[in-house]
Amino acid sequence: MFKTLLRQVKQYKWAVILTPVWTTLEVVMGVLIPYVTASIIDKGISAGNMRNVYIYGLQMVGMGCLSLLFGILAGRYAAYSSTGVAANLRDAMYRNIQRFSFSDIDKFSAAGLVTRMTTDVSNVQNAIQMLLRVSFRAPLNLISSLVMCFFIHSSLSLIFLIAMAVLGVCLFVLISRAAKLFQKIFAQYDVLNAVVQENVSAIRVVKAFVRENHELGKLDRAALALYRLNIRAERLMALNDPIMNVVVYGCIISLSWFGAHYIVAGGLTTGQLTSLFSYIMMVMMSLMMLSMIVVQLTMSAASVKRIAEVINEEPDMSNPQSPLYEVKNGEIEFKDVCFSYKPGGDYALSDINLKIETGMTVGVIGGTGSGKSSLASLIGRLYDVSKGAVLVGGVDVRRYDIAALRNSVAMVLQNNTLFSGTVLENLRWGKEDATEEECRNACISACADEFISSLKDGYNTVVEQGGTNFSGGQIQRLCIARALVKSPKVLILDDSTSAVDTATDASIRKTFEERIPGTTKIIISHRIISVQHADKIVLMNDGRVCGFGSHSELLESSPIYREIYNMQSSQGGESDFDSNTLTR
Amino acid sequence: MKQAGFMRGPRERVEVNMSGREKLSTVARLFRLIFKDNGWKIGIVLLCILISTLATLASTLFTRSLIDKYIVPLLGSSSPDFQPLALALIKLGAVLIIGVGVGYAYNLIMIYVSQGTLKTLRYSLFEHMERLPLKYFDSRSHGDIMSVYTNDVDTLRQVIGQSIPRLFQSLVTILSTFVSMVALSIPLTLVTLFIAVIMYFVTRRLGGISKKYFTERQKNLGLVNGFIEEMVSGQRVVKVFCYEKRAIERFSVLNENLRRSVYNANKVSNIVMPINSNLGNFGYVLIAVIGALIAISGTSVWYLAGADGSLLTLGTLVAFLTLQKNFTRPVSQISNEINSIVMASAGTDRIYSLLDEPKERDEGKITLVKEGKCSWSWNDPVLGKRTPLKGEVSLKDVDFSYVEGKQVLYDITLTAYPGQKIAFVGGTGAGKTTITNLINRFYEIQDGVITYDGLNIRDIEKDSLRRSLGIVLQQTHLFTGSIMDNIRYGRLDATDDECIAAAKTACADGFIRRLPNGYNTVIEADGGNLSQGERQLLAIARAAVAAPPVLILDEATSSIDTRTERLIQSGMDSLMKGRTTFVIAHRLSTIRNADYIMVMERGRIIERGKHDELLALKGKYYELFTGNKITG
Repeated sequence: MFKTLLRQVKQYKWAVILTPVWTTLEVVMGVLIPYVTASIIDKGISAGNMRNVYIYGLQMVGMGCLSLLFGILAGRYAAYSSTGVAANLRDAMYRNIQRFSFSDIDKFSAAGLVTRMTTDVSNVQNAIQMLLRVSFRAPLNLISSLVMCFFIHSSLSLIFLIAMAVLGVCLFVLISRAAKLFQKIFAQYDVLNAVVQENVSAIRVVKAFVRENHELGKLDRAALALYRLNIRAERLMALNDPIMNVVVYGCIISLSWFGAHYIVAGGLTTGQLTSLFSYIMMVMMSLMMLSMIVVQLTMSAASVKRIAEVINEEPDMSNPQSPLYEVKNGEIEFKDVCFSYKPGGDYALSDINLKIETGMTVGVIGGTGSGKSSLASLIGRLYDVSKGAVLVGGVDVRRYDIAALRNSVAMVLQNNTLFSGTVLENLRWGKEDATEEECRNACISACADEFISSLKDGYNTVVEQGGTNFSGGQIQRLCIARALVKSPKVLILDDSTSAVDTATDASIRKTFEERIPGTTKIIISHRIISVQHADKIVLMNDGRVCGFGSHSELLESSPIYREIYNMQSSQGGESDFDSNTLTR
Repeated sequence: MKQAGFMRGPRERVEVNMSGREKLSTVARLFRLIFKDNGWKIGIVLLCILISTLATLASTLFTRSLIDKYIVPLLGSSSPDFQPLALALIKLGAVLIIGVGVGYAYNLIMIYVSQGTLKTLRYSLFEHMERLPLKYFDSRSHGDIMSVYTNDVDTLRQVIGQSIPRLFQSLVTILSTFVSMVALSIPLTLVTLFIAVIMYFVTRRLGGISKKYFTERQKNLGLVNGFIEEMVSGQRVVKVFCYEKRAIERFSVLNENLRRSVYNANKVSNIVMPINSNLGNFGYVLIAVIGALIAISGTSVWYLAGADGSLLTLGTLVAFLTLQKNFTRPVSQISNEINSIVMASAGTDRIYSLLDEPKERDEGKITLVKEGKCSWSWNDPVLGKRTPLKGEVSLKDVDFSYVEGKQVLYDITLTAYPGQKIAFVGGTGAGKTTITNLINRFYEIQDGVITYDGLNIRDIEKDSLRRSLGIVLQQTHLFTGSIMDNIRYGRLDATDDECIAAAKTACADGFIRRLPNGYNTVIEADGGNLSQGERQLLAIARAAVAAPPVLILDEATSSIDTRTERLIQSGMDSLMKGRTTFVIAHRLSTIRNADYIMVMERGRIIERGKHDELLALKGKYYELFTGNKITG
């Protein structure tokens, strides 16, 4: 888990190494300064020697300057390396998300990925900075202060050792108990957030059933539980201060007592005693820092784990060894294809055998859940088949370079989205260097040119996030145009004209015939009217092909098709009356 | 995640852009909130802080007496008497223990104060949010609302739990140290003050710079968030268009900008500490030199002495040097805490902007009263009369727009007599869902009137109105809890048997019994472990257990297998029996059984009538229904 973290250090390696170096130097200065202070007092002030006061004063100023320099360097480097590693983590996650296959995308929710890339990364960033600045400083401070103490007076320093042992044990017990509580607190935070989240997204249900007070009760319980846990944890952590203080004051008092004896006996100067007092403070501070590090690390471990999950997710689909980069034509063949979304799950498609000639227009029809979309998604290798093979241009789709395949097989998905940016920018998703002319042509084929031209800014009109400033039908036509900009060999429309009125639907079909005759067109629809003029129609039922032929052939041979046709053309029967609502 | 299709206008962003004065006022409100509930506790805390600080001070001052009074006199004597020192140390120990005890006490109190305030805040935020109109939820990203509860409330914990006590503590330390310093030596105090002022301004200045970067950081963070949210939600489209490389390129730019601004912000705040502590060091040297000069020269000029007239001795100087450290540390701490309070104020502003959102208006007085097992009546307390609930709903000349200037409904007039079924059909954006949003007053109409059993729905108490209407929404939301809990959501006092009966009515009983724990199966986050169709069946069961006199159904189905679809349909059919029903219809059987079909287009009812009549009309309905456009 932490290996994943280390791998992302990359170009910040030197900063990561240098930060503790600067910190160390800063600490060394910080430790030496009280020593000089003692000299000022002993050799200067007590001795009445003004020259020594100046000498040691200058020394201290010099050390202060160095300490300032190292401090600033340490601060800068710590900020540089921690934010750099954080940026690398975000980058690594985003790059891996781009490698995700469709089934990987199903696994992580969009909201979850956003949290991982922001909140979790900031947690880790803070922990890294802390680690770099403090984790070296604290033990160093501790050790060097102790060394200095021994240097000043070895037997008095025993007091420090005893005190540290006592403190260490107390802090260990305290922190290990608090860490367990913090785990519980995090879990309780999730409970509380879940209540709020549910209410925000299901507010209609809450209000419709007048359950505001009921929900308030739930929140109250969750908030109360969190309150109690927090109080317990913080009460525990509040013991930190008194324990630390008692130990430190104990040190001061015993130092004064024994120190006085030594001074009287002539083994210690007053200045040295003052220095020892300063070192007590340092030792205490470093112990406090150490305990903070431990707490912070426990808290960020969860974040590291969640980040590592995304970075280490191995996409379940990869490019073949020596991929083909050219798709010869738009011929499509399904050979004994079975497919399920989850390994070992129920088949969404079974025993599909189909052959579609290049340039054909093929309609796919069938009830909801009959496998129409699954069938189409296999052509562009959005998912891999469980059994059998799908061939495009006479070659198994798994042998193509994925990008090359998808550039030749354009899919207009069912729940299609536009992205923020101008209309033109959205169209160029299909082909980065498409000229304005090419984009316009695609729009003419998709019957979108007319309404785009009528907009004030035409092709430069800004599309808001999710395309909210366009109607459902307009979005669908833009999405079709976007796919056409690729000039694909196969065009798949998955229920992509449901919000378009029947007249426009018909004229889109007509322009297709005229403008892109060579492209294989696969049109998935609920409405027979949209597919009845196709060369061939695939009739799907429960994941199987139960009819394949032209409209008139199917009318003759397939009772199911006849039934649907009768339902839709006159009256009677059961069918989706209107699937428009699916598009928004 | 925005609710699909309810809001057409641009999304409102929660921008917090306030002047300094307004910022102060939200912080002041926060302080008032803390003090209101915890007045006496805060008083005790202040007292404790005072005592514990004085105790610490006593220990510092003791250094002077230790060396001067107890150690130096012993130096010359042949048989030193350590008893006075022992006594003094015991006294000191007692003082320190009191200080520690009192310090622990105020820390404990502050824990209760801060956690208590956070709990109150969470509760009032939620309580207020539950009473906000739907418009609030539809016009904001849910992530924005959530972040008030998570990020903003959490930032406050820092402020209340740490910054505020530290601020008090630092102030007390500064004041008491100042008094002692003045007592020891006036000129040295002036030097110390001078250094402290420099430190204060340096920290505030650095704080100002880091605030600038901090704002920039927030902006870039927002951009990165927005990009990830949009692109990850549209990841399928990204894949289909092989846009991955360009997505990475675009992300890299945003990511680098974010890195740079976070680096700058952190860099500045990281160097505050070394600068301050070394300024303190320089001050220390300055005072040592000046102090030594005075002490060695042994002058007895009054203006070089302490306020108590004592001369500057070696011991005094040592004590003063310690005091100087105690003085400069809280100065930099105060400026740091002020910086962090200012930074947290953005969060406080967001919290208060939620709390300041106007609640749903409800002037209705008429309430729903249950008469018998299945009969209700309207109780009008003003006129003091009761009218039985029949279930007649009518709309008259209703106009409506979600956003001013963008009207979505025009002159809607219709009446549903008790027990009638009204079906709405039409394309996306025709206004079908909007009409149902108006009947239960999720949104308020701009013009016209809606009546329920002849009463204007504005005169009916909102809760009563909604209780009389059952709703099955297009998007099914379930709650964490068991299946039984979720069905019971419709009526909290329903028995298990009633819930099971409702599940049977909704044709949900079958699939529930097949679940591993049956009715006790726990639903994970919004029913993730159930299929779309199963969730919809549960929503129907939930409405069935409520057994309301009037129903609003949205039939939209997506990716549901044919078997479940048939189940849902029979569930809905049995639910509709004998009830006034408004249904956004998609199924032919529903439409054919409807008493009236309203064909909607662009916010208007363009055709109305029964199925056969409308077909004979050969208009829009015919076109929608058959897919044939009649020309000519």
